[in-house]
Amino acid sequence: MDPRPDIAANRLSPHCLAINFADAHPPLTGGQASIEADRCYFCYDAPCVEACPTGIDIPGFIRGIATGNLAGAAHTILESNILGGSCARVCPTEILCEGACVRTAQEEKPVVIGALQRHATDWQMDSGTQPFSRAAETGRHIAIVGAGPAGLACAHRLAMHGHAVTILDARPRAGGLNEYGIAAYKLPDDFAQHEIDFIAAIGGITIQTDRILGRDVTLADLEAAYDAVFLAIGQAGVRMLGIEGENLDGVMNAVDFIAGLRASATGADVPIGRRVVVIGGGNTAIDAAVQARRLGAEEVTLVYRRGAETMSATGVEKAWAQTNGVTIRTWAAPLRLDGVDGTLRSVTFTRGRLHDGRPVHDQGNFTLEADMVLKAVGQLFLADPLDRGTIAIENGRIAVDDQGRTTRSLVYAGGDCTPGADLTVVAVRDGRNAAEAIHADLTAATGA
Amino acid sequence: MADLRSLFAGIRSPNPFWLASAPPTDKEYNVRRALEAGWGGVVWKTLGEDPPVVNVSSRYGAFNYNGNRLVGLNNIELITDRPLAVNLAEIKSVKRDHPDRAIVVSLMVPCVEESWKRILPLVEETGADGIELNFGCPHGMSERNMGSAVGQVPEYVEMVTRWVKQNTRMPTIVKLTPNITDIMQPAGAALRGGADAVSLINTIQSVVAVDLDAMAPMPVVGGLGTHGGYCGPAVKPIALRMVGEIARNPDTRGLPISGIGGISTWRDAAEFLVMGAGTLQVCTAAMHYGFRIVEDMITGLSNWMDQKGFAAIDDVTGRAIPNFVNWNQLNLKFKTLAKIDQDACIKCGLCHIACEDTSHQAIARLRRDGTRRYEVIDEECVGCNLCAHVCPVGDCITMVPQPVDEVLTWPHHPNNPAQAAK
Repeated sequence: MDPRPDIAANRLSPHCLAINFADAHPPLTGGQASIEADRCYFCYDAPCVEACPTGIDIPGFIRGIATGNLAGAAHTILESNILGGSCARVCPTEILCEGACVRTAQEEKPVVIGALQRHATDWQMDSGTQPFSRAAETGRHIAIVGAGPAGLACAHRLAMHGHAVTILDARPRAGGLNEYGIAAYKLPDDFAQHEIDFIAAIGGITIQTDRILGRDVTLADLEAAYDAVFLAIGQAGVRMLGIEGENLDGVMNAVDFIAGLRASATGADVPIGRRVVVIGGGNTAIDAAVQARRLGAEEVTLVYRRGAETMSATGVEKAWAQTNGVTIRTWAAPLRLDGVDGTLRSVTFTRGRLHDGRPVHDQGNFTLEADMVLKAVGQLFLADPLDRGTIAIENGRIAVDDQGRTTRSLVYAGGDCTPGADLTVVAVRDGRNAAEAIHADLTAATGA
Repeated sequence: MADLRSLFAGIRSPNPFWLASAPPTDKEYNVRRALEAGWGGVVWKTLGEDPPVVNVSSRYGAFNYNGNRLVGLNNIELITDRPLAVNLAEIKSVKRDHPDRAIVVSLMVPCVEESWKRILPLVEETGADGIELNFGCPHGMSERNMGSAVGQVPEYVEMVTRWVKQNTRMPTIVKLTPNITDIMQPAGAALRGGADAVSLINTIQSVVAVDLDAMAPMPVVGGLGTHGGYCGPAVKPIALRMVGEIARNPDTRGLPISGIGGISTWRDAAEFLVMGAGTLQVCTAAMHYGFRIVEDMITGLSNWMDQKGFAAIDDVTGRAIPNFVNWNQLNLKFKTLAKIDQDACIKCGLCHIACEDTSHQAIARLRRDGTRRYEVIDEECVGCNLCAHVCPVGDCITMVPQPVDEVLTWPHHPNNPAQAAK
């Protein structure tokens, strides 16, 4: 009997899975943090701060660690970025703070800012105390759509200013991509939920899950019921390959694969192919490929249509994939997916090259046998939940000013549904800044 | 190869590196390990009269800075707490087996001539090469009118030194305390008393840290603390100054000096030598890393001497003394300017903020094509060196001496109300 397609759960022992999906980068010990903190030069006008989308005073918080003032360090981080705990774990620091660290210029060994940030924020969350308190209740009530990083950051800052906040989220659990879209070993031990609990503990924040904009409630409803609305609805759509065979069994979206894995307690019940091909060149492709390997896939090939230098996955992420036994192939565009009886058997690619500065795929074909294909060629903002025409869309996302105001009065937006880099830390900044804009606008309206 | 052999106040050693009188030289076991490791000599931990003193548990406090351990060390240990006879027997045994090494014995007995008359022959009998009078210990023993309690009174220094010299043939080194206002007073007294050499500095009175939970100075002994004696790299600048003062002062010129105070490397040793020391005593660095540090000290000093063309220790001793002057002999026309190597700069901004906040606003913070750039404003730079000191990159900021057309010292400066004729 033909064993194909070979897709199965339980490829590895529970013990092995537990190891594979445990914290990939365990926390620093107190001693390690102390040694590392002392490496910081306490730069003035530090390049790392400028490289951080949320502008955390990095030398300031590291000095707190160095002097044993962890409460001060955590306060410094969290006053700029209330999701400092998850950003410490998921930020591509190599292209942000650590990439800009002067130690990188000096010796190619940055201060490990992310790990230090985790050290301080872990201390804060373990302490069971709140670094911030709420201002007096304002009587204002703001609706936030989407309980991802942007929505949560916005909610916390609004709550600090004394406003009441209700967050609606389409999924069964809050957290957005922190809960559903990040590799399990980056945010293990239910960290996303612990962080939400920590954020919500300031008070004044209500979270309603399984509430979908456009199905359960409309934007007009929210505008009528609340003083302001913040849209943090992310990117609900996924780009298609647009080739033959995309509907075969065994072909799935990488984001769905990752979300399924995150929803699983142990990973044991998540089916994975023996031979997996991941198509795409971003961090989602990397997360899917590495987790496929860690679930027990024998061969995982990540295929990207252009050269390695244009992949959006960072060098660290690519190296991580290779360390995990993922084969990365570049300059290959998917041509067609072939199957038997509606089930995937192979993927055929066309080799490409750079010609006059443009990618051209004319170098012949090759075929990879595959039990499973994970598509990771990008996500798309879907405007459908919004009443069409009510809000301006720019380059496929919600148009906002630099403080998150949309073209509609008292409706704001931020995170992946607005233009800008699709990073957790950028979403946090957007949410925080929009909260300040909402607070300013509502306060001004009151004063007028 | 430079000749590192030392002849110091009549005491020979194969190199100038001695272990100072301290815990590392309290016992035969340690001293033998030190001599096997290559140390040129030891000053045996201070002997006193029987019955021996009693030491406390919890003896050292540390000053750590920015991740560096033991930048300074503070101790509240007293002199040897072992019976005199035990120490004497061990000294004799070690000297017999190591005739080429300097075995000097540190002594501290009450300020009574009889006490010194009693102990000196016992030490002489061991075959030790010399003695060092501990007039420096600033804690514990000073409360019993010994150690620095003697060293702080020049008359006592002179008196006791004279007693000792009248009662022994052994070369006598007087160890000086830095806990005084003018080091020349005890140094001169030692010379008048007949000392063959001085050694300095002993430790500095200190409270190294306070335990904020116990609310007591560290090290904490059963809930209480006391001041101790401070040593280690942090005290080196104080020691270098005092050594240099004695070396350059006409009253004490030529008096052999054994340099002590934070010597950790061959470079420290070379600095003490050129400031007038003939031998070097080490303690904290050995307590931090073990006796093996002497290997690099020996080869490092030797290689440096070869590079400089110095054949022997005597060629090195005092080399910098002609250039160690009073402030008013400095040329006020001299000017040096900071220069930043833009290729080496890592853009930390420390030079800028140090100058901007605390000095002369002479380093501009610029942006060129989006990248940081720091530039010296020559017109504002007074050549203070601060930027070069705070820069974390070696040789990124250098101080460039400018051409000088004349010499103008303070005594001749027009601003000096007591201006001398030019």
